[in-house]
Amino acid sequence: MSKSRDVLILAICAGALLATPALAGKLGLGREALPEEVAAWDVAVLPDGTGLRPGSGDVATGDEVFAEKCASCHGEFAEGLDSWPVLAGGGGTLTDRRPVKTVGSYWPYLSTVWDYVHRSMPFGAAQTLSVDETYAITAFLLYSNGLVDEDFVLSDENFREVELPNAVGFYPDDRPQTEYPLFSGEPCMSDCRRPVAITKRAVELNVTPQDPDGRPAGTLPPLSEAAALPADPAPATETAAATETAAATEVAAAPAETVDETATEAAAADPALIAEGVGVFKKCVACHKVGEGAKHAVGPVLNGIVGAPVGAADGYKYSKVMLEAGAGGMVWDAETLHAYLADPKGFLPKNKMAFVGLKKDRDREAVIAYLASLGK
Amino acid sequence: MSDEPIARTSRRDFLRSTALAGAGLVAGSATAGAAGPDPKIVEVQDWASSFGDPVDATPYGMPIRFESHVVRRNVEWLTESPVSSINFTPIHALEGTITPQGCAFERHHSGAIELSKADYRLMINGLVDTPLVFTFEDLLRFPRSVTTAFCECAANGGMEWAGAQLEGCQYTQGMIHNMEYTGVPLRLLLEEAGVKPEGKWVYAEGADASSNGRSLPLDKALDDVMVAFFANGEALRKEHGYPVRLVVPGWEGNIWVKWLRRLGVYDQAVESREETSKYTDLMPDGRARKWTWVMDAKSVITSPSPQVPIRHGKGPLVISGLAWSGNGRITRVDVSLDGGVNWQSARLSGLALPKALTRFHLDIDWNGEELLLQSRAVDETGYVQPTKDQLREIRGLNNVYHNNGIQTWWVKADGEVENVEVA
Repeated sequence: MSKSRDVLILAICAGALLATPALAGKLGLGREALPEEVAAWDVAVLPDGTGLRPGSGDVATGDEVFAEKCASCHGEFAEGLDSWPVLAGGGGTLTDRRPVKTVGSYWPYLSTVWDYVHRSMPFGAAQTLSVDETYAITAFLLYSNGLVDEDFVLSDENFREVELPNAVGFYPDDRPQTEYPLFSGEPCMSDCRRPVAITKRAVELNVTPQDPDGRPAGTLPPLSEAAALPADPAPATETAAATETAAATEVAAAPAETVDETATEAAAADPALIAEGVGVFKKCVACHKVGEGAKHAVGPVLNGIVGAPVGAADGYKYSKVMLEAGAGGMVWDAETLHAYLADPKGFLPKNKMAFVGLKKDRDREAVIAYLASLGK
Repeated sequence: MSDEPIARTSRRDFLRSTALAGAGLVAGSATAGAAGPDPKIVEVQDWASSFGDPVDATPYGMPIRFESHVVRRNVEWLTESPVSSINFTPIHALEGTITPQGCAFERHHSGAIELSKADYRLMINGLVDTPLVFTFEDLLRFPRSVTTAFCECAANGGMEWAGAQLEGCQYTQGMIHNMEYTGVPLRLLLEEAGVKPEGKWVYAEGADASSNGRSLPLDKALDDVMVAFFANGEALRKEHGYPVRLVVPGWEGNIWVKWLRRLGVYDQAVESREETSKYTDLMPDGRARKWTWVMDAKSVITSPSPQVPIRHGKGPLVISGLAWSGNGRITRVDVSLDGGVNWQSARLSGLALPKALTRFHLDIDWNGEELLLQSRAVDETGYVQPTKDQLREIRGLNNVYHNNGIQTWWVKADGEVENVEVA
């Protein structure tokens, strides 16, 4: 590319005047993207089908793949577990006080379903679904919403023929026409309305996070208390992490009968490793709860997991393969946990955990040390 | 005490009231020491005699421990997973307009990823003359601009649609931050690739597992959008998209794509999940507004507020707050002490930049009576911040996003403050 220094200087001067820089020509920066690179990153699928990849999938296959890879959050019938998104049903509820916004009731375009499932799902293992699996899941979601029959096959050939029920339910922002005129004009300054009374109080709902003293979390302390703060110069987040670690270490150090030898050793050997494990475990807490009073969520509670038989937590609905492994005598020790966490689907095919795994040895060691430090 | 009119109290009244309030309540106030000389003054304090920390005690400084309560906070019940969640800026504890990066709210869809400058690539493809790949170093060689802008989640205040829910502006208005960004105007990158005449939309997509992506009409992309790599003078923080994020002044935060990896030019909107299933506004007739990008004018009194009760008793009181508009500059903020019956104009302190947070102050002499505090922003287009009831009348109760309604704080005679609604 040819360009002169003068042109550049001119461009920069003009930029200073305009506040944002202006260029007289191209700078010749960057390099041309290769077709393989564009194909790898531009996976977007648009409403008119632009970007669709050749392939197909049927409802029955979709049902299977969905049960294995999606149902742990979305439910076997796409009904949504806990507060995870509901994907099916909800037709006719959009004017209700509590509308149910699903693929069938709300989403305008099938392309959005395909696009999102293909590149952003499963949660924790994005970009692991094949093109055909994506067609199959999309077909299953159409079926779950009563939009196609059970023998339906979705492909790049018939994709454009499917129209979702709420395709006409959207219109571009009209606030400039419908709201701005109402909310413009010289505002009233005195006697603008009759004296008011309080009609709603947030305190009655009592859903705000609280400090130990019962005030809303983060309430500024009285100025007279500033000097009485503990001398340990740690910011709040670090303090929280440190406390958690200290508690974890304490539990680990106590002679807990259920904690196996490897775990006790790891915990006692390296509190720093446990602290690291607290950090790594943040990737797990979406589905697994730990600590006192923890309940099963998408995944089972992990208190006392190290040394415990596989698939044995009371009250949790395990996948068939996990129960079989447990029945076969498998125990979660350092070795099995390492193998499982490195490649969850490879280690136990068809188990429910939608997690891509921890690739770094150190991360697995740390999280196992942390889990070992947790009481039963 | 409570039936005194709002007027300058005499010095004697003032002393009597502080005495009544009790030494415990007003400790730290110099007036409390009337009983005798203040030991903090008449006795030599440690810090006035021995050394403090040497330089380099903290190569990168954190706030002093006395400020350790000023942190982002999460409302756990809002979301199922902390990697697809949001927390809140402690706006109640901040002043001025710039939000420090370390306490600026976070919103992730699959966690904050660690992406180095060495591993960073930005692709522009689609309806362009030449699809391009830039390294981080390439971006550093484009002419730069600097802009200050607020980034507000479209759901800021979403929990308050049906009624007052959360106690504190950190939770009711804290999905916002305001930083000074440095980066490359998006226009320059698009011009480098050469947008074809049929290219009408730019789809920006992130490198994280959610690959969060949003479509921008070309005219906005060529206007004031920035591909930013510095915030408040230093590199972006990991949680805000290090090393590169999109800055889209005035528009909802979801479009400010973090860990920006690709800009695709198309002839239509992608209609991604984040611009159909989410970030659309369900109206009472069951239809939904889409492409509601602009954040309308809004304001909130940050102090006093539920997390900032008045502890100094009656007398001089600083009312402080923030105002902003995605449509331009804030030109005026009014404050009401009686729930919107009467209003007075506050001072705009410091600069009122377009599409950026603006600080306002109103200094009053509080008579110790209950107040129903409200603020009302006006922007340069003449738009006046509406009440929540005005918004509900048009949008019903099923909206989640774009609640820019007026906030009411009930200040009680003892100085405690509650989030309430009035009618």
